[in-house]
Amino acid sequence: MASKRRHWYEYLWLAELLYWVLGVCNILCAWLGLIFFTIPLLLAILGYGKAYCNRYCGRGQLLFLLGSRLGLSRNAPPPAFLRSKAFRFGFLAFFMVMFCLMLFSTWKVFTGAPLQQTVTLLWTFKLPWQWTDVSGVSPWMAQFAYGFFSVMMTSTTLGLVTMVLFRPRSWCVYCPMGTMTQGICMLKDPAARKRLDAEQQQGTLPHSRK
Amino acid sequence: MKLSPKVAVVGSECVACGLCENVCPREAVHVVAGIRAQVDPARCVGCGTCARNCPAAVISLVPRKGGA
Repeated sequence: MASKRRHWYEYLWLAELLYWVLGVCNILCAWLGLIFFTIPLLLAILGYGKAYCNRYCGRGQLLFLLGSRLGLSRNAPPPAFLRSKAFRFGFLAFFMVMFCLMLFSTWKVFTGAPLQQTVTLLWTFKLPWQWTDVSGVSPWMAQFAYGFFSVMMTSTTLGLVTMVLFRPRSWCVYCPMGTMTQGICMLKDPAARKRLDAEQQQGTLPHSRK
Repeated sequence: MKLSPKVAVVGSECVACGLCENVCPREAVHVVAGIRAQVDPARCVGCGTCARNCPAAVISLVPRKGGA
């Protein structure tokens, strides 16, 4: 098999690593994570399908590198519930609720509450994070950075855990961004969905094995 | 050309992550409209690389319809 030419987007896992380094060095860099939130949705809305997931997601690439190339993954099939609609949309809803609570905390600081200089991992563990001087920005901007980095760290932690326990990119199965973009694609092209569903029922596509 | 006895098929719970498309050595599987991956049976050689790598474990190798 001839080796494939490498493309620039195959190195976007470096961007993911860079985000982590920048966020640890200066929490205000956490704002850059909004790029990882908006681009997938924008591409889906503009008709590029799940191009971000398929090609440009640095997190997916990093998990694949760690799990597959470095051999950290057991490469075991994930449990069936992980790919169910109920779990994927339920996790998305849960994630959105926690994200809104994070925005509410930002709002409270904006209206005068004291800044909480902690990064919360897995919505539970508060890690002190006071080495960055955030006095140069409005407190609410710093609060948003802490909250957003907490969200990113939590999702990365979940991704790493499922990478080790199951397949390298198991996170992609229940990633809220992936669920949202796939949902957008289904809404944008119901004809394609119907055709795929029809092929499913005709037996061209089997139901997933349990 | 003789086709492989087995071919990959993608289950309905595919999350369209595109990993199968990336790893397939024959470019036989593609994500359709960001909704689901689909295998081209004419190109698929049943190597199972997509099935082994699928994070959702929704790809299976099944006997080819009509024989090889």
